[in-house]
Amino acid sequence: MSPATASKAFLEVDNLSVHFPTDDGLVRAVDGVSFTLEKGRTLGIVGESGSGKSVTSLAIMGLHRGTRAKLTGHIRLDGQDLTELTDEELRQLRGNKMAMIFQDPLSAMHPYYTIGQQLVEAIQVHSSESKKAARTSVVEMLGRVGIPNPNKRVDQYPHEFSGGMRQRAMIAMALINNPELLIADEPTTALDVTVQAQILDLMRGLQREFGSAIIMITHDLGVVAEIADQVLVMYGGKCVEYGTVDDSFHRPDHPYTWGLLTSMPRLDRVKQERLVPVVGNPPSLINVPPGCAFHPRCAFRALASQPCDSVVPELAESYFGHLSRCHIPVAQRAETFASDIAPKL
Amino acid sequence: MSLLTVTDLKKFFPTHTQKLVKVPGDPIRAVDGLSFSLDAGETLGLVGESGCGKSTAGRTILRLLEPTAGRIEFNGRDVTKSKGEELRRLRREAQMVFQDPYGSLNPRHPVGSIIAAPFDIQGVKPEGGVKAAVQGLMERVGLNPEHYNRYPHEFSGGQRQRIGVARAIALKPKLIVCDEPVSALDVSIQAQVINLLEDIQAEQNLAYVFIAHDLSVVRHISDRVMVMYLGKVMEVADRHTLYESPMHPYTQALLSAVPVPEPRRGRERILLKGDLPSPQNPPSGCVFRTRCFKATERCASEVPVATELAPGHIVACHYPEVRTVL
Repeated sequence: MSPATASKAFLEVDNLSVHFPTDDGLVRAVDGVSFTLEKGRTLGIVGESGSGKSVTSLAIMGLHRGTRAKLTGHIRLDGQDLTELTDEELRQLRGNKMAMIFQDPLSAMHPYYTIGQQLVEAIQVHSSESKKAARTSVVEMLGRVGIPNPNKRVDQYPHEFSGGMRQRAMIAMALINNPELLIADEPTTALDVTVQAQILDLMRGLQREFGSAIIMITHDLGVVAEIADQVLVMYGGKCVEYGTVDDSFHRPDHPYTWGLLTSMPRLDRVKQERLVPVVGNPPSLINVPPGCAFHPRCAFRALASQPCDSVVPELAESYFGHLSRCHIPVAQRAETFASDIAPKL
Repeated sequence: MSLLTVTDLKKFFPTHTQKLVKVPGDPIRAVDGLSFSLDAGETLGLVGESGCGKSTAGRTILRLLEPTAGRIEFNGRDVTKSKGEELRRLRREAQMVFQDPYGSLNPRHPVGSIIAAPFDIQGVKPEGGVKAAVQGLMERVGLNPEHYNRYPHEFSGGQRQRIGVARAIALKPKLIVCDEPVSALDVSIQAQVINLLEDIQAEQNLAYVFIAHDLSVVRHISDRVMVMYLGKVMEVADRHTLYESPMHPYTQALLSAVPVPEPRRGRERILLKGDLPSPQNPPSGCVFRTRCFKATERCASEVPVATELAPGHIVACHYPEVRTVL
């Protein structure tokens, strides 16, 4: 690590790109994403399908190794550059110092092994604990995540659990070695709101207890508002807006973020105005539009100071601590948000 | 007169255990005594957690599933036991849009013939020919009519859902049951499809039964909302009353659990314990009592009757009380 980049951030993702060569061309799933995350804090990554949010998290976990993916940039966890580690060194970290909760626990868990066997294995991979001691910790952890009757449940198979219980078991598996970094990829998308509320409460409580850093990947802005401290909005493999949760919801200054906010029906909105959707479809990552990837769908491109369809806008600070990637002058964006967008929220 | 009247509708699925011989078990009570009516041009939102029977209810109303008991009246006719030509007539006037835009379109048929299928099946000859009618429908739902010969896999999720909508409106039905029509779509695309459904409703005076688990979407699109739990109706009211002053503890818990895109609002949250009980052995008395924060002994012994406590506001609870949770 060069001294210039040495920083105190617990997790530092620096200019990360993940490209997949395919027969149809190069898929730029993630293209130059940077962010930092402190311990005890939560980063929400928001975007539509194909925006690169899941690929980013898989890259941090080192799960693209051994595939055709071309990864560039740096990922530093606690000062250690993960991109320079050997597979074995990374394996030591995975499930131990950093862990991941997947969206679909039914396919992320092995159907032939009991929940207990899978969690015991997660402990024994990283420590020399005896099977008996590991089992005791597993039962305790299952109880902690709110699974009733953990003594009996530990010997059941994933199919015997309901969706919410299965997601809890996944969370228990991710937390079993007290990870310092927890990546949750749409952990509540498949769940009912009542169960989602329980799981979010659980994650918040465990974060308070263990001080872990959490990356929450979701398309639900409500979930982000509830759990995140910082928000990173992705579009077409790039970060288009990055700031604190308050700024991102109260002073968003990227037209795509505006589009997400206005297209969402809100439970607390009394006036039932027509929704303002983002026109068109998310881009294909093989043929990302030139210039700003969002320009074909942008309703405000006429205000831009530079040609949106040829010059890629830089990610720049639009006000203190808030970054965005847009050619429209900052003052004009603030004005447009106040006059056109804020009244619709 | 209402367009659709459903009275005490029940749909049970038989179960059995296999031990040497088949032993019939307790049936799964997916829908257990559902009553409501729907006017032309009205939207009724049907909400509840997964497994509450909302999809089964939607399918049973359209006779895609055979009702176990109860009565379905559509447009003044009793269609509970309709067969043959009579059932075909119901299908012409009542259509469905499915949740999964991938599974509900035949991958081997071009879009043109998928949208034309209702004309073929019903023997309808639209003015100007089938092809022109299909292209008109494609244009109406925001698809390029030149893509007539393309196959479903060439379209995105949002576009496929538009194909499903085009097929459903082909015969100018009076009622469409929409079963989670936008839950598989991205947020920005979701709004496009919701707006499309609203526009078509305004043009054709369509009635919708809108089934969804997303309470924000349901509030946006519905006139009235019905909350279901374990096959039973907990509360029905017009959308503002239901969201602003819900009276059933389940509705209150459900609403308080929805995350709102407003950081640090610090809303009070009613956390429900545990999971949905099995509809095969529903709890005695009130089915919600095992997770209810208000439950007493009375709830275990006495089934609460759905009562109209204010005009149009029906609640099935022994201890109804207005509580604002938003």
